[in-house]
Amino acid sequence: MSLTFIDWLIMAVYFAFVLGIGAALKRFMKTSDDFFLAGRSMPAWVAGLAFISANLGAQEVIGMAASGAKYGIATSHFYWIGAIPAMVFVGLFMMPFYYGSRARSVPEYLRLRFNEQTRALNAVSFAAMTVFSSGISMYAMAKLIVTLHIFDGLCAAAGIPAAWIFHVSIIVSALIVLIYIFLGGLTSAIYNEVLQFFLIVAGFLPLVWLGLKDVGGWEGLTARLPDPSFAHSWVGMGSPQTNAFGVEWFGLAMGLGFVLSFGYWCTDFLVVQRAMAADSMSAARRTPLIAALPKMLMPFLVILPGLIAVSLAAGAAQPARIVEGVALEAAAQPGGRGIIPVKMEPGTDRPALDSEGKPQLDYDMAIPMMLLHYFPTGLLGLGLTALLASFMSGMAGNVTAFNTVWTYDIYQSYIKPNASDQHYLWMGHMATVFGIGLSVLAAYAATRFNNIMDMLQLVFAFVNAPLFATFLLGMFWKRATGHGAFFGLLAGIAAAAVHHGMTLPAGAVCGIKGGWAVVVHHYPSEMAQNFWTAIWAWCVCFGVTIAVSLLTRPRPDNELVGLVYSLTEKPEEDRLPWLRRPAALGIAVLVCTLALNLIFW
Amino acid sequence: MGLDIRVPIGLMFVILGLLLGGFGIFSDPALYARSLGVNVNLWWGIALVVFGGGFLGLSRRRG
Repeated sequence: MSLTFIDWLIMAVYFAFVLGIGAALKRFMKTSDDFFLAGRSMPAWVAGLAFISANLGAQEVIGMAASGAKYGIATSHFYWIGAIPAMVFVGLFMMPFYYGSRARSVPEYLRLRFNEQTRALNAVSFAAMTVFSSGISMYAMAKLIVTLHIFDGLCAAAGIPAAWIFHVSIIVSALIVLIYIFLGGLTSAIYNEVLQFFLIVAGFLPLVWLGLKDVGGWEGLTARLPDPSFAHSWVGMGSPQTNAFGVEWFGLAMGLGFVLSFGYWCTDFLVVQRAMAADSMSAARRTPLIAALPKMLMPFLVILPGLIAVSLAAGAAQPARIVEGVALEAAAQPGGRGIIPVKMEPGTDRPALDSEGKPQLDYDMAIPMMLLHYFPTGLLGLGLTALLASFMSGMAGNVTAFNTVWTYDIYQSYIKPNASDQHYLWMGHMATVFGIGLSVLAAYAATRFNNIMDMLQLVFAFVNAPLFATFLLGMFWKRATGHGAFFGLLAGIAAAAVHHGMTLPAGAVCGIKGGWAVVVHHYPSEMAQNFWTAIWAWCVCFGVTIAVSLLTRPRPDNELVGLVYSLTEKPEEDRLPWLRRPAALGIAVLVCTLALNLIFW
Repeated sequence: MGLDIRVPIGLMFVILGLLLGGFGIFSDPALYARSLGVNVNLWWGIALVVFGGGFLGLSRRRG
């Protein structure tokens, strides 16, 4: 890829602003509250855009475009079913407890509501997970930079060998994130996430416009798609055999729409931390609701480019033309679809084959290939900067969540309690340094031990799946006890592991994909297995928490004020204009989401 | 906290827009064959300057 001076200049301007924001905020970091909670001073719109941007990492931009190219508009389920309802729920019903209890983190809320063991289980697993997530983001970014040869010219000019570009990418990205978080803490991360959000929109919006213009608008796009079902989100969801996901509607609605989605958006400190930094209870409640508005439209920014990528050169409206188009494309790029290239075996020039011997497509290249296809130099620099910004916002979000949980929930609780506030501020800075260091190690672990990273992500999925049951009972059932929560969580994690060990997706071999104990059931797809693993984990956690709670002594009501729905004063919002009322915003968001589901049914 | 985020957002997009738009004015039209013949650098540069200017205006108006 040949980038020119204008592309480098655009990247340089962006990185200068990112570091400049960190430097400008350094003098305001006087207390640990300033560093970890942004002084609880963020207006709702800033916290809201940071809430969505912290989640707008590599998996979102690259992964959802890839999924759009692979499954079509049905990928929007990860937004309209798998995010929006949960964001409305956390804003309306859970933020009053998170914000009102003055907890400084999600694990701290668990300690206030339940007990020390439940907090420790959540804090340790979450801290480990954030470091690995940040490392995987770093690894994916460096791999993309190498694959697209983004910095080849610059490195050659600087006398850096091409073999070092991967290492240079990891070190430079780690240093940039380290500097701006070290200097400005959570405030710097939030401000940069807002900047990154607008940059990502600015970088990808022209891509959608050019792509749609090229294929003849939405009608032209649907006529060119390789499969008519690609233009529908719900058609075919009646049975696993009639949709590309291999999941039936109940598994999708319950597994993705309830357990996994609510488990992430309502309990993951990475996103909840942004709302906790808001400047008032009302702003904290509106934060996820404001975030839900752009989140709802995000499929048009990231899924549409994936759809356009598979439709390009795949023929015109006539079925015969489509066949011819694929044949023509195959001649140019064996096995490719649209401008999606074939995945190659690592370190070779042989195509990777699936279980049926067909070449696998590298769907992760959908967005990069679209950028290269449509953007001239100049706009290409902006698009690539937006891509790098998405990776960095994911890394920074994980690091700020890690340094807070490490300092408040692990260091202050178990290693050095009762130290001065300045000591914890210092520890926050140190946690940022070793959090980034551990992320770099995780990135290198991903290069050497692919299976270990898969295994770790699987274990974290087991830990996360039952978590929402614990929070739901904790916030809405005052009889739930600490012992109930702790043993419920353990039982849920065990249920997830057992279910995974006894089931296998179609076409997979026993091992990391499941079936490592004894195979009693085959799922049509890996996604179906994931959704049902989550459903089992959640149900077992819910049941065991109730059973153990009924057998153990509950805490007196006066200790649960502000922590449980029935014992907490409801926030007053009658005097607010209706646009600022969380309930009105929530209803508007849900109505719009329902409309989108019906339009793309 | 201390820094009005609308100022760096506005400034950055004005600078990026001027860079893109300026490059769009002086670049070879043949460059835009891949973007369907549209000088996207010029038009998107103008859009970014307007967007960034809007943020700067908001920051001045609301103090």
